[in-house]
Amino acid sequence: MYGNAFIDPNDPRNKQEVEESQELLDAFQAKIDNGQKIEPSDWMPKMYRKQLTRMIEQHANSELIGALPEGTWITRAPNFKRKMALIAKVQDEVGHAQLLYNAAETLGKSREAMLNDLMIGKAKYSNVFNYPAETWGDIAVIGFLVDGAAIVNQLINSKGSYGPYCRALKRICAEEAFHLKQGHDNLVALAVGTPEQRQMLQDAVNRWWQPLMHFFGPPDKQSVHSEQLMRWKVKLASNDDMRNQFLDQYVPKILELGLSIPDPNLRKNSETKRWEMSDPDWDEFYRVIKGDGPCNKERLAVRRWVKEHHQWVTDALLRPERVRTVPLA
Amino acid sequence: MHRDEAIKELLFKMADDALILGHRNSEWTGIGPTLEEDIAFSSMAQDKIGHAFQLYTILHEHFGEANPDILGFKRSEKEFKCCHLVELPTVDYAFSLVRHFLFDYADGLRYEELQNASFEPLAQLAKKIKGEIKYHTMHANVWIKLLAQGNEESKARIQSAINEAMPYALGIFEPSEYEKTLQEEKIFSGENALQTKWVETIQTLIEKAGLEMPDITILKPQLGGRKAYHTEHLKPLLDEMTEVVRMDENASW
Ligand SMILES: [Fe+2]
Ligand SMILES: [Fe+2]
Repeated sequence: MYGNAFIDPNDPRNKQEVEESQELLDAFQAKIDNGQKIEPSDWMPKMYRKQLTRMIEQHANSELIGALPEGTWITRAPNFKRKMALIAKVQDEVGHAQLLYNAAETLGKSREAMLNDLMIGKAKYSNVFNYPAETWGDIAVIGFLVDGAAIVNQLINSKGSYGPYCRALKRICAEEAFHLKQGHDNLVALAVGTPEQRQMLQDAVNRWWQPLMHFFGPPDKQSVHSEQLMRWKVKLASNDDMRNQFLDQYVPKILELGLSIPDPNLRKNSETKRWEMSDPDWDEFYRVIKGDGPCNKERLAVRRWVKEHHQWVTDALLRPERVRTVPLA
Repeated sequence: MHRDEAIKELLFKMADDALILGHRNSEWTGIGPTLEEDIAFSSMAQDKIGHAFQLYTILHEHFGEANPDILGFKRSEKEFKCCHLVELPTVDYAFSLVRHFLFDYADGLRYEELQNASFEPLAQLAKKIKGEIKYHTMHANVWIKLLAQGNEESKARIQSAINEAMPYALGIFEPSEYEKTLQEEKIFSGENALQTKWVETIQTLIEKAGLEMPDITILKPQLGGRKAYHTEHLKPLLDEMTEVVRMDENASW
């Protein structure tokens, strides 16, 4: 999860900074328009490299941090089937992080540097992982709805222009489909279970709804459009389009299980074919991005723990012949 | 029946070891020392928990015991027969790695022998599991070597983890009161024989890695697990493991 990197086009750092030859730029654009993929050794505009690096890096970070809220429930999963499925699932997410760090490395930033920027809070990851998984119900909701939202995003991104990222995403999406199946199975077990189980599940849906609406980023009317990124096929769909697609796919599945959605204004406008909803609290969204969410500090503390406790392993392995540079996908 | 009791005891201790060690190894998921090791530990944890499931399944299908979910998630501490080695908390990667090294070589040798057990369901399962354990022991051996030969610090950490874990590892081989029956019934040649083979195997590997094998003749093996006397760590582990399932005894999950 999840390359919904939040890139602020108004940030001066994101302005085209160097003059680049129009000829090269045109050839680059033509290649993308032809549906060809950009490969690591190809020429690319500085800004393209920069935005993609940031996007893939944030995506990789999200996979890695995403392992934490679910990971804490592995030791509490209630039976063999769930325990094994959850370990396998979280293991996949760590594997996604690995694939994505490899893809990002092809753009010139090392995994070590990325893990370091993550740890010190310089690099971002999806806001959704700054919320706690309070009960087993949250595990069902994360497995079905957060992974579901992630798939919407990742399937779209897999049609982007950068070869290594697309190939990593193809593999990732295949595994995500499996997570979704497991998540749904878990969700159904609780939804058709005892009153306590249903209540636990409904509470979890209520808690996760706003983070899920935040997941795809601010509404299009608020976020300045990123035409350049669209033309370069770095960004392939607007936030609202992705959110709309998610609601189309998942609202019926939630309702069919007899669950409710904590937004009385949520409805599909039959004329525009778009979903209408109450405005989620966007101030909170920005607060969490800036590091002030319920779990931001804890997540980074875990990454620091990992670094400090395993420094001796990293040091012992630090031999030049063991440095791998070939991307896995 | 003596034979049945003997096999059941063997299956329970193997299953309990696998479940508890799998649980311990899964504690690394998401926080392992490298992404690759994180993934490796998760994968071995799944295998181990899978082995426990399959062993409990034999107990359920052939000996009238409860189903695997009940055996795994609804027994009290006093009914578990795991050895103390697997119960110890996950505090440090060196210890986890060494525990995995010591346990999996014993496990590999055990399953290798059990392929020929006269109790067919166990022999069949052993054939299958043996192949998986091979990857576990290979992994353990590669990493023990890497870290033993990494630098002074990593070598010292691995050595002290070996010294610390060894008395507990000897507890894997705590003899059973059914040793004779198992031998007579051609199920298993016994914990003593297994320990001898194991010591030979790991001693060679430890020395090859440039480490020292502790003198086990002067060590006091940590026994009791097979008789359901456990360290203080098992109870909290089981409490955590059953936190969700205890919410509602009649619910299905
Ligand atoms: Fe993922
Ligand atoms: Fe996933």
